[in-house]
Amino acid sequence: MQHEFRTGLRHGVAIGLGYLSVSFAFGITAVAAGMTPFQALLISMTNVTSAGQLAGVSLIAAAAPLTEMALTQFTINLRYALMSLSLSQKLDGSMGWLQRLIFAFCNTDEIFAVASSQPGTVGKRYLYGLMVMPWLGWSLGTILGAAAGSLLPEFVRTALGIAIYGMFLAIILPPARRSLPVRLAVVLAGGMSIALFFLTGIGGGYRIILCGVTVSALLAWLFPGEEAAP
Amino acid sequence: MSWQVYLPYVLVMAVVTYLVRAVPLTLVRKPIRSTFFRSFLRYVPYAVLAAMTFPDVLFSTGYTLSGSSLPAWSAGLTLPWAPLLCAAVGLLAGTLFAWRGKSLLTVAVVSCAAVAAAQGCCLLFFR
Repeated sequence: MQHEFRTGLRHGVAIGLGYLSVSFAFGITAVAAGMTPFQALLISMTNVTSAGQLAGVSLIAAAAPLTEMALTQFTINLRYALMSLSLSQKLDGSMGWLQRLIFAFCNTDEIFAVASSQPGTVGKRYLYGLMVMPWLGWSLGTILGAAAGSLLPEFVRTALGIAIYGMFLAIILPPARRSLPVRLAVVLAGGMSIALFFLTGIGGGYRIILCGVTVSALLAWLFPGEEAAP
Repeated sequence: MSWQVYLPYVLVMAVVTYLVRAVPLTLVRKPIRSTFFRSFLRYVPYAVLAAMTFPDVLFSTGYTLSGSSLPAWSAGLTLPWAPLLCAAVGLLAGTLFAWRGKSLLTVAVVSCAAVAAAQGCCLLFFR
């Protein structure tokens, strides 16, 4: 039993190392938006999500209304609902209400991917072990990035600002290359976002919501079915 | 940033993000029937991340449309939109590597290196 926790811990090491670099970039962005390193760290420790936190920081910097913040977080993080739904089918009897409520906190894209790829069902010891390193890596990277953000020369900071977008490209482009509907989703949502940005004064949060919901609904109508999207 | 401004935002972020993860994991234990809704949820991440990336990636290096508060390193260059050009170079490099299926870390590092190289070239050639 005890070694299931250790197995989870070991499986989380690679995720944690990956998070270290991405959250480093987030830490720099958060400090650039006017936060103290501790405030940046607190966001990472309580949210544990890259895209949601990045959008959150830019909304805070723009002094957006709280409703816009709530709706934006809901839309950006809607993918976790799908992952939680899917993972919900894979949990064994050791995952009661309380255990599910604890694990939900750390159900990120990568943790979900590793947990779902395990053979058979997964239990609480494995999942608790799996959560540890990614959460530590995400938090540690944030505080390091935030500290570095106030120390590194501006020339380096401006070059690091693109890191998180590079990560987004690495997430969306390989599936877009394989699947026509995903390719359309990326091109249409990107194009619509550019058009709304330059033609209207709509807030960044609402722009993401409008593009995400409209394009996803259109493609779900045109290309429904399991195999349409990876 | 003052805590009065910061705390309500972070509370909303954390609670909404947590509920989106926790509610389906605890309350919904049956598969979703609607094909439309299942497909919709599958497209959301790609549409959302694309909308977050474009056009925002072009402003990730400090360029602003108004041309005010540009990065200090670009001050005095004959090319006022140098930061925009550098971001475009980084985007191009990131797109090429991501399209070839390179890992998250590789694409992120290559994008940053491309921006840094472009910034260096701007300093060399547009003084």
